[in-house]
Amino acid sequence: MDSFLHMGGYAFYVWTSYALALVVLSLNWILPRRALHKRWHALLRREQSSTGKAA
Amino acid sequence: MFNLLHRLSSPPSFFAFAGRALPWLLGGALLLIAAGCYQGLVVAPADYQQGDSYRIMFVHVPSAWMSLFIYMVMAAAGAIALVWRIKLAEVIASASAPIGASFTFLTLVTGALWGKPMWGAWWVWDARLTSELILLFLYLGYMGLESAIPDKRSAARATAILALVGSVNIPIIHFSVEWWNTLHQGATVTKLGAPSIHPSMLLPLLLMAVGFKLFYFANLLVRARCQMLEREQRSHWVSTLIKEAA
Amino acid sequence: MTPKRTQRLLLITGLVVGVGIAATLASLAFRENMLFFFAPAQVLAGDAPVGRNFRLGGLVEAGSIQRAGDGLTVDFIVSDGAATVPVRYKGLLPDLFREGQGVVALGRLETDGRFMAEEVLAKHDENYMPPEVAEALKTAQDNKQPLAGRPM
Repeated sequence: MDSFLHMGGYAFYVWTSYALALVVLSLNWILPRRALHKRWHALLRREQSSTGKAA
Repeated sequence: MFNLLHRLSSPPSFFAFAGRALPWLLGGALLLIAAGCYQGLVVAPADYQQGDSYRIMFVHVPSAWMSLFIYMVMAAAGAIALVWRIKLAEVIASASAPIGASFTFLTLVTGALWGKPMWGAWWVWDARLTSELILLFLYLGYMGLESAIPDKRSAARATAILALVGSVNIPIIHFSVEWWNTLHQGATVTKLGAPSIHPSMLLPLLLMAVGFKLFYFANLLVRARCQMLEREQRSHWVSTLIKEAA
Repeated sequence: MTPKRTQRLLLITGLVVGVGIAATLASLAFRENMLFFFAPAQVLAGDAPVGRNFRLGGLVEAGSIQRAGDGLTVDFIVSDGAATVPVRYKGLLPDLFREGQGVVALGRLETDGRFMAEEVLAKHDENYMPPEVAEALKTAQDNKQPLAGRPM
């Protein structure tokens, strides 16, 4: 396990690369997902307020 | 076939199709990336010259392939948008740009993290590295130009022209290692003849490459759905969808 | 295809082809300047700039590495198969620097023909394999032809 984390002396370079990839992919997933969620709920609220007025 | 494509390209059916395809694409991407990381970090042996540092390749190379592939998708979608004015093509081109920029950024940074211990330098101005940096600027320029034009449809036209002009950089990046003396080594997997990489090292590379590609498609669908909702918020199909959900 | 669409298609095809031609011409014109390094044969032929820094690239010749007593100064010979240039360098070398491996050195040519390097970068090849496989390949090759040169 120790030698696995050590990466033959290249631990800093290897683990930074993989960590960075994880961060970039996660942000690419989370941010648009949140934007879609927000937009959907904004449209829902608009719909509910307009039907509320009509009633 | 054309009929099917035509139906799919209408915003409401694309929106529904994207919603159904998403979980499968994301699931496949995560599965393949997890398998690729396991194979690449644990199973694959160390390299005879580079030791364990070559494992950076399993992130670096698929990212670099994606940075080129996404640009080609963006330029092709831009061309379709210019000629046929199809909304879906405009949305796909625009939604691809930030993903492409992310992969280009990842390529450059992981390349630097590989170059420092192996070459002895974080960065050199050779043809391969410089042309990849220009690709990042093309993506950023695309996003900048898009945000500078308020009207979505005219923005799509202007950015499509930028993407098409910039597409000359793609063959330059790919062939730079053959056309010029570069510090960056030549192609391994795509060169003619058998790839000069051991199968135990090729497997994680391919797993990650397919995983990244599926991730791009999943990510593209989320971004495209979001843009569709925004552009079409006053249309009949969106209000029907919202009424059903409310 | 309506005439309008055909016209737009032709227009953007023309745009891409035009930019492509311009880029090809430009890169052909800059071909010399885009070279990251000069090979020993080019240096001996007088293609490399005289009196100012340039980069020299090639393979470190097997058995040519000599370390001086101070532990920092290294002498080695860079070869491209056709010609060789002796190099002297004082400093830390990258991990991949070894005999038979590609190297790119930045420095200038002295009058005695020695290249004084200020910076040495290692170039790695496009081959990836486990050490045991490399060992097996090497044994097989040594048995076949003892002086097989590896392409850069």
